[in-house]
Amino acid sequence: MSQENKDPLLEMYIFETNELIQKLEEIILNSEKNNSYSSNMDEIFRIMHTLKGNSAMMLYDNISALAHSIEDLFDYIRKNKLSNINYSDITDLVLESKDFIIAEIEKIQNCKEPDGDAEILINRVEDKLLSLKGKSEEVKEDELEQKEEKNSKQKFYISSHKEIGDIKVNEKFCSFKAVVKFIEDAQMENVRAFTVLHNMNEIAKDIFSFPEDIIDNEESAEEIKKNGFSLFFKSNKSMEEIKEFINETSCIESVQILHCNEIDLEHKDAISSDHNENADTANICTNHIVSNVLSVNVEKMDMLMDIVGELVVAESMVTGSSDLNGLQLENFNKSARQLRKIINDLQDIVMDVRMVPIAPTFLKTNRIVRDMCKKLSKNVELKLIGEDTEVDKNIIESISDPLIHLIRNSMDHGIENEEERLAKGKDKKGTITLEAKNEGGDVFIIVKDDGKGLDKIKIYNKAFENGLTDKRIEELTDKDIYTFVLLPGFSTNETVTEYSGRGVGMDVVCKNIEKIRGSVSINSVEGKGTIIIIKIPLTLAIIDGMLIQVGNTSYTIPTISIKRSFKLMEKDLIVDPDGNEMIMVRGECYPLISLYKVFNEQTKVKNVFDGIIIMVENGGKSICLLADKLIGQQQVVIKALPKYIKRTKVIAGCTLLGNGNISLILDISALIY
Amino acid sequence: MNEMFNSEEEIEEDTQKDKYLIFTIDKEKYGIEIKYVIEIIGIQNITKIPELDDYIKGIISLRGKIIPVVDVRLRFKKPMMEYDDRTCIIVVDVGELTVGLIVDRVSEVVNISEDQVALPPTTSMNTRNKYINGIGKIGEDVRLLIDCNKLLNDDKAIIRELI
Repeated sequence: MSQENKDPLLEMYIFETNELIQKLEEIILNSEKNNSYSSNMDEIFRIMHTLKGNSAMMLYDNISALAHSIEDLFDYIRKNKLSNINYSDITDLVLESKDFIIAEIEKIQNCKEPDGDAEILINRVEDKLLSLKGKSEEVKEDELEQKEEKNSKQKFYISSHKEIGDIKVNEKFCSFKAVVKFIEDAQMENVRAFTVLHNMNEIAKDIFSFPEDIIDNEESAEEIKKNGFSLFFKSNKSMEEIKEFINETSCIESVQILHCNEIDLEHKDAISSDHNENADTANICTNHIVSNVLSVNVEKMDMLMDIVGELVVAESMVTGSSDLNGLQLENFNKSARQLRKIINDLQDIVMDVRMVPIAPTFLKTNRIVRDMCKKLSKNVELKLIGEDTEVDKNIIESISDPLIHLIRNSMDHGIENEEERLAKGKDKKGTITLEAKNEGGDVFIIVKDDGKGLDKIKIYNKAFENGLTDKRIEELTDKDIYTFVLLPGFSTNETVTEYSGRGVGMDVVCKNIEKIRGSVSINSVEGKGTIIIIKIPLTLAIIDGMLIQVGNTSYTIPTISIKRSFKLMEKDLIVDPDGNEMIMVRGECYPLISLYKVFNEQTKVKNVFDGIIIMVENGGKSICLLADKLIGQQQVVIKALPKYIKRTKVIAGCTLLGNGNISLILDISALIY
Repeated sequence: MNEMFNSEEEIEEDTQKDKYLIFTIDKEKYGIEIKYVIEIIGIQNITKIPELDDYIKGIISLRGKIIPVVDVRLRFKKPMMEYDDRTCIIVVDVGELTVGLIVDRVSEVVNISEDQVALPPTTSMNTRNKYINGIGKIGEDVRLLIDCNKLLNDDKAIIRELI
């Protein structure tokens, strides 16, 4: 409920702020690595300014004030082109501010007042600014003495950052006309326009705008959307400066600025008529800030997805209708093929739209590694591989927390400190590798560290103590032992640290991953490192499936896991003394599973030679399945089993067939292992 | 806006108060609070699912929505009966859970006011009454009133945390 009642303006604010903050973190961390802010300065500035403006607009003064102080800090750094500063300190400050803002945003999201006190942080930022000023002024003074000609200019910069608003009278004022266009779907055009107008007061005077009554008149939002927002003003700044200034407001697609000494500012009629012409003139100062990205509510996407799913089913209902049996329908079939092609395309597009690169999730971990490096005084490098791998949006959300957990674990338990590493003859810098890759219908996410690895004996002892196993250690394989780590309440770390040790980590990871039908496996070599592999399905929605018949029920096997299907020859069947059936295919031996036994189906096809053998593969292992017959290939929409049904091992989900029946989708990996 | 919605909901709830849908299993008549009931449908083609308790018969597709169906007969540990054209599925919505209940037949909707509902008698031998949360009287007749939550959310039946 509360979600729906939210003010759209507020929702927009929350969304935008989150995006900005994320971006900021990325930039700041990058800059720290490169020990330079120069290339990203404008971007940092833009973010802080937008943040400040938006927060002030929403009356969140604490956030706005904090953003303002940081803006000041960077303003100073930029104006004075400081380079010999302590980047790490500033990064700390900015990151802490980021945490503060995120906490506040969370409060807002939960319909609480953002009442956090930013005072301390602001003071710290200001202290930093002062100390920077102190340092650089000394340097500056030396410089000033040497190069007196340039003095005036530099002095102006030093003193100006608080006085942007003051317009010096002796400067020459020029008249300008600016046409601001907002990006499509920016929404609240009138409010944004007002923000621009409001900000312009800082650097300009005699401002007129068209449309005039932007806040009160609803139509003006439409007008702005269509033709852009025109401003007429006088300013002493250069065209470039003004453009940059306006661009700092969010969601602006382009800004055009013209000198307009000739235009009589009082002539509103003339203005509106030449408005369109001007918009069409050559792009004098067109500047694309925001790429053509459209953010859509996930719920809407889910709805679209569902509808397309229904469409796929409906299409096969129509074209496969039993009324058509035995009819010669050349034209119908032609049109049906066309329809199918379009629906397929539509489906592909919808699927593609839902796919997002995993990069932002990966980049988040940068921060954790950095912070933990400092706190634990370890030296660790984070390597990211394949961050452009695309995964379904829903999946991204579910893996973000587990990833952070895993990285923390590797940092805390895995990687040794420098001395220890050197003593072991390793490179003193530890490496954590985060890798994503596509393989078949699955996405693999691999977290690898070159730390000390898992201590098998310690894990076993702990598991034994906690009653997780009653077997002797010799009876267990390495894999069995590592699996204990994934059980609830398991932690070998004796001391609880800020980051880990309470034993609630890995089982949460496991649960989160299982929720999206994924799996976690661990491998480790003592002294060499640990590797954790998360396997998740690429998409949760539509797959190519092969329908097979077993008894009276039809089941679906994901086509991607089928290697081949064939009739069995008598000579290829092997039965071992326990009655397990195996099949020889091209010199290789594969186990045979009779599906009617697994599902307890009544079928006439019990003889292996009457049915059809389907060879399926998963994770490099193959098995053969016995079914009555193949029905055909179809695109199927995966639907989850109702939650009421407890997780069944061999069923991955179900799907609706054209005739309205339900077909169960086999979980091949569960059948194999 | 919000208030309006609330008051509407209240009225709706009011009209549903004390109303029970009566269905039969064997010879007993049971009542289920009408507010849980979404619709009543005839018996459908049920897709069975392996590895489940026998009273969960499988899943059906209700206009594209997949819902599980529970045979109330088996749930009450009564012998299985062949489904016929009187067999009904009562689709109920309990919390976020939509489930179909297979019953022998559905008879009527009745009013049983609160003062006509008695607590079920308890004895140490009685194991079934965990699903019954009251006994409603209609004249001389009694109806066993079912606690939908307990019927569906028995500790062993499902993993509660999933909901």
